[in-house]
Parts: sequence; structure tokens; C-alpha cells
Amino acid sequence: MTDELDESRRRFLGIATAATGAVAGGMFLVPFLGSLRPSARAEALGAPVEVNIANLEPGQMTRKQWRGRTVYVVRRDEEMLKRIDEMEPLVADAESADSDQPDYAANKYRSLKPEVLVVFGQCTHLGCAPTPRFEVAPADLGDKWLGGFFCACHGSKFDMAGRVFSGVPAPKNLEVPPYRFVGESVVEIGTETGAA
Amino acid sequence: MARAESDVRIGQQDKGGVMDWVKARFPLDSMLKEHVTEYYASKNFNIWYVFGVLSMVVLVIQLLTGIFLTMNYKPSAAEAFASVEYIMRDVEFGWLIRYMHSTGASACFVVVYLHMFRAMMYGSYKKPRELIWIIGMLIFIALMAEAFLGYLLPWGQMSYWGAQVIVSLFGAIPGIGEPLVDLIRGDYSISDITLNRFFALHVIALPLALIMLVVVHILALHEVGSNNPDGIEIKEKKDADGVPLDGVAFHPYHTSKDLVAIVVFLAIFFAVVFFAPEMGGYFLEHANFEPANRLKTPEHIAPVWYFTPFYAILRAVPHKLTGVVLMGAAVLLPLFLPWLDRSRVRSIRYKGWMTKTALTLFVIAFIGLGYLGLQPSTGIYVFLAQVLTIVYFAFFLLMPFYSKAEKTKPVPDRVVYHG
Repeated sequence: MTDELDESRRRFLGIATAATGAVAGGMFLVPFLGSLRPSARAEALGAPVEVNIANLEPGQMTRKQWRGRTVYVVRRDEEMLKRIDEMEPLVADAESADSDQPDYAANKYRSLKPEVLVVFGQCTHLGCAPTPRFEVAPADLGDKWLGGFFCACHGSKFDMAGRVFSGVPAPKNLEVPPYRFVGESVVEIGTETGAA
Repeated sequence: MARAESDVRIGQQDKGGVMDWVKARFPLDSMLKEHVTEYYASKNFNIWYVFGVLSMVVLVIQLLTGIFLTMNYKPSAAEAFASVEYIMRDVEFGWLIRYMHSTGASACFVVVYLHMFRAMMYGSYKKPRELIWIIGMLIFIALMAEAFLGYLLPWGQMSYWGAQVIVSLFGAIPGIGEPLVDLIRGDYSISDITLNRFFALHVIALPLALIMLVVVHILALHEVGSNNPDGIEIKEKKDADGVPLDGVAFHPYHTSKDLVAIVVFLAIFFAVVFFAPEMGGYFLEHANFEPANRLKTPEHIAPVWYFTPFYAILRAVPHKLTGVVLMGAAVLLPLFLPWLDRSRVRSIRYKGWMTKTALTLFVIAFIGLGYLGLQPSTGIYVFLAQVLTIVYFAFFLLMPFYSKAEKTKPVPDRVVYHG
């Protein structure tokens, strides 16, 4: 033991104490951040829900809640399906390459069966609910409008397959939830496996 | 002091009154002197210098009314809307307390925006007051968060969809966006869980942070001293006692002037509370008188007026990530003013024509964007918002050049009076 101060030893101990404290501080944050995550109850509400579309006329739409989010189920008629082809030059992601959907919906109609569209009713821009506007060329949306979804919040447009137009704020097509058909006319939304 | 010290010795009889007893145990005298009776601020303050005090008045109104509102409000999706109506109809004076709180939110942004504009005019952010400005900007950001969180609580249509849009902004951050949004909401959509946590943040976390920031803001101000409309250092010319020649004590001189401002402010404030608490839909939006409905977005969605300049910038950009980034930049850019301004002088009085033009254009852009943020995002409105967005950013980003290049006027030695 000398009276001399060992600077490097002191520095080492200082850094070691600070580092241990930082690790402890980080671990202390875990329960608090964890408590902010969706709770078990919130996750449990993610259980699949069923929609009976037997009474849905062609050209009509119904809404269903799944995981607190609204899902649009549309029975498309022949005309609507035909117009999806005509929309090709106006949409940004025609092949749904950069959009979110199960593999079985990554096709032109973005669905399992062409006549039934299942999408989240949530604009991919900032989450407003797009308004279904299935009429052709209404006064406010112009001659080129062949039916689809219009988000009044920030002006994003989607076609009858939920594909986003070019030059609007929304970056992606409307998201498709996992779903499958249970029998002829019941859609189960939230299916984990998702096979038809 | 000597006597005070002897008083605190154990076994010694306390002498003097209650105040002496306290003073022997707490630095009351020196604190009062440093921050009140011997804090010298320039004697040529004009009307722009009342908005700091008024911000404090509004903060007190918000804290007081907020505490009483929490006594009757229920932070749950099933009960929130009805509990606000209950406060409005059945609680004695509930309508008054709630209208004071809702009007207070708008009043807060009125006085804070004017307070910030004062600092921009007279260069109050320049050396050595950079830290005061930075803390002030943190207060502003905390206020925006506080106002946003509070707006969800009535659980009306605009509360719900406003929160939906603003929370979704964080989803635009590449990589961590979506998990972060789930962490903020605590659910896969804006829900009862979200409302509950926004309530906790609105009534506990942010008010605590705000109070601490305000204290630090004032301590930092009193360390370097207040600026003045001439932007000169009054501390450089002192009398024999070390008192700045152009300074007068905060109390009683500035406090008596502030008292007049407070009375005028309260007269206007209560005129709004009593006669126009909704302010034609600008302070309380009409869509918010309908309970939140997650199946239907209101036709026209706009934030409350104090957020619309930034909202207009978001909408001016037809690309999600760029829009969000530009909006964030618009809020954060003023933080860097102390280093963007390269002028030799502080006050607009002695700056050249370029700064005067730039500041005028900035004010036009800010108010113009505020107006456009309330309009639908179609056609000419989008184009105008794009033009004004460019003006807004040009004001800040070109400042290093025009503030340095322009010819400034000579700054006087002592403060000057006008009128």
C-alpha cells in the first residue's frame, strides 16, 4: 500500500462501475417496455372471426372487426372484375410485389376467389378508413374512376382489388388479412394456416 | 447569517419569528433576490415580452382545471365520451372547468407561438442564450405531445381518427415502424388500452416533464439574463453597485407590467370561454361531438388549428415516408436556429433587408400552411401547400447565407425606446 494514486486503476474501476450500472439500467427498462406491448388479452382478441356472405349480393360490401381492425368483404360482380384489368396502367403495384398479403392473394384479383375481396379497411398511408366508391366516374372523382376505395383523409385511391393508384400518398395496396373459406359462403378471417 | 447559524445549533433557543426559523433552514432570501427582486431585465421591454409570463399563466390554468377534470373523467373506451358529457351537463361548473381546459389548450399555443416569434425577431436564441432556446423547443415538443394525447381523451370521432393518423406516422419509420406503433398503442388498433395509457401520459408523465423543463428554462434564462428588443447585453454597462444601467428589477417593475398583461389576457380568455368555446369548430371540432366509430372515418379530417401548419406539410408530399420526414424536420429545424443564424447582430432592428424579408415570408408561410392544413387536400390547395413548404424550409436552410451576407446597421451602446 502506497499513498500514491493509481490513476489507471481508478479509471478502470470508474468505467467498470458505469458499465455495470448501464447494463442494470437497461435490464430495469425491460419490464416497463414489456408492459407497453399488446397484452395477452389484446392478443387473444386476434382469434379468427367468421363472416357469412351468403346474403351478400354481387356488388355489395360488408364490414367485420378482427383484432380491432375493420375488414372489408366485397362480393365483386362480373363488371367489377372486368374493370380490374382496365386499371392496370393507373395502379402503382399491379402485381402486389411490394404489398402485404398472404401468398394465395398475391394475384391480379388479390383474393382466393376472384369474386370475393377480403381487405383491411385501413388506408396504407395513415390508417383512415377508405370509403367504398364502387360507382363509375362520379362527379368528384373524375372520368377515369372505375370504382374502388377512396380515402378522404389524404386523397389516396385504390381500385376494386385494393390496388393503390400511382401518385397518391399511400405507398402500398390495401393489406389482405389471412383468411380461408369454410364451406361455400363463410369466410374465416384471421386463419393462421390460411390454405383454402 | 451569524445569528441564523447559532440558532440551528441543538439545544439553542430559537430566536425571531417563523420566517427567521425558515430562513435559517432554507435559502429563501437569496433565491428571492436572485430570481425576483434583484433579477435585472432590460427596461425597454415591449408588448412582445409578456408572452413568457402568459405561457406560465396558461400552464397553471391547465394544471388546475386538469386536476378537477380527472375527478370526473373515466379513461375507458366504453365510458370516456359519456363521462365528458356528464362533466358538461351534470357536474356543477363542470362545463366551465372543461371549457377552460379546452380553450386553455388553444390559448397555450397562441401565447407560445407569439413567445417563440418574439425570440426569432430579437435574436433571443443567439449566443449566449442557445440553451434557453433549445430547452424552449423541448417544451414546445412536449406541449405538442401533451395536446395530442389529451385530444384522444374525449373519445370522439376526431379524437379517434386524429390519433389513428398521428400514431400511424411512426409506422413510416423503416424497419422498426410497425412494432413501434404496436408499442405506442399497446394493441393492434387504437383501443381502450391506448386511451388508458394516453390518459396516464397526459395527466402524469408529460405535465411532470413540462414543469421540470419550465423550471430549467427559467434557471437558464436567469443565468445569462434576458435579451431585449435591441439585442444588446445590458450587463456590459453597470453602475457602481453592479446593477445594469438599462436594467430594472423583475419585481416590482416587470411584475406590475406583467400584471396588466395578465388581466387583459384573462379578459380575452374568458370572453372565449363564455361566448365562443368551440370557436366555430377551430378549438373544439364538430366531428368530436360524435362518439368514436372505428368503422367510419369522418369525411373531412383535420387536426386542431395549432397543428395544421405541420399537417399541411405532411399532406403536401405525395409520398408517405418523405411526407413524414419533412413534417418531423419542420418541427425540429428551429432547434438549430442558434447556429443557422450567422448574423453579427441579434435584433431585427439592426438586421438587413434580407432577414426582414425572410422573416416576413416565413410568417406568411406559417400562417398560410396553417390555413391550408384545415382545407381539403385537393387541387390548388395541395399546390399552394407545396409552395409554402418550400418557403418554410428555405427560411431556415438559407439563413446561414443571407444572415451573413447582408449589411447590418450599427448597434447602439444603450437600449433605445420607441414611442
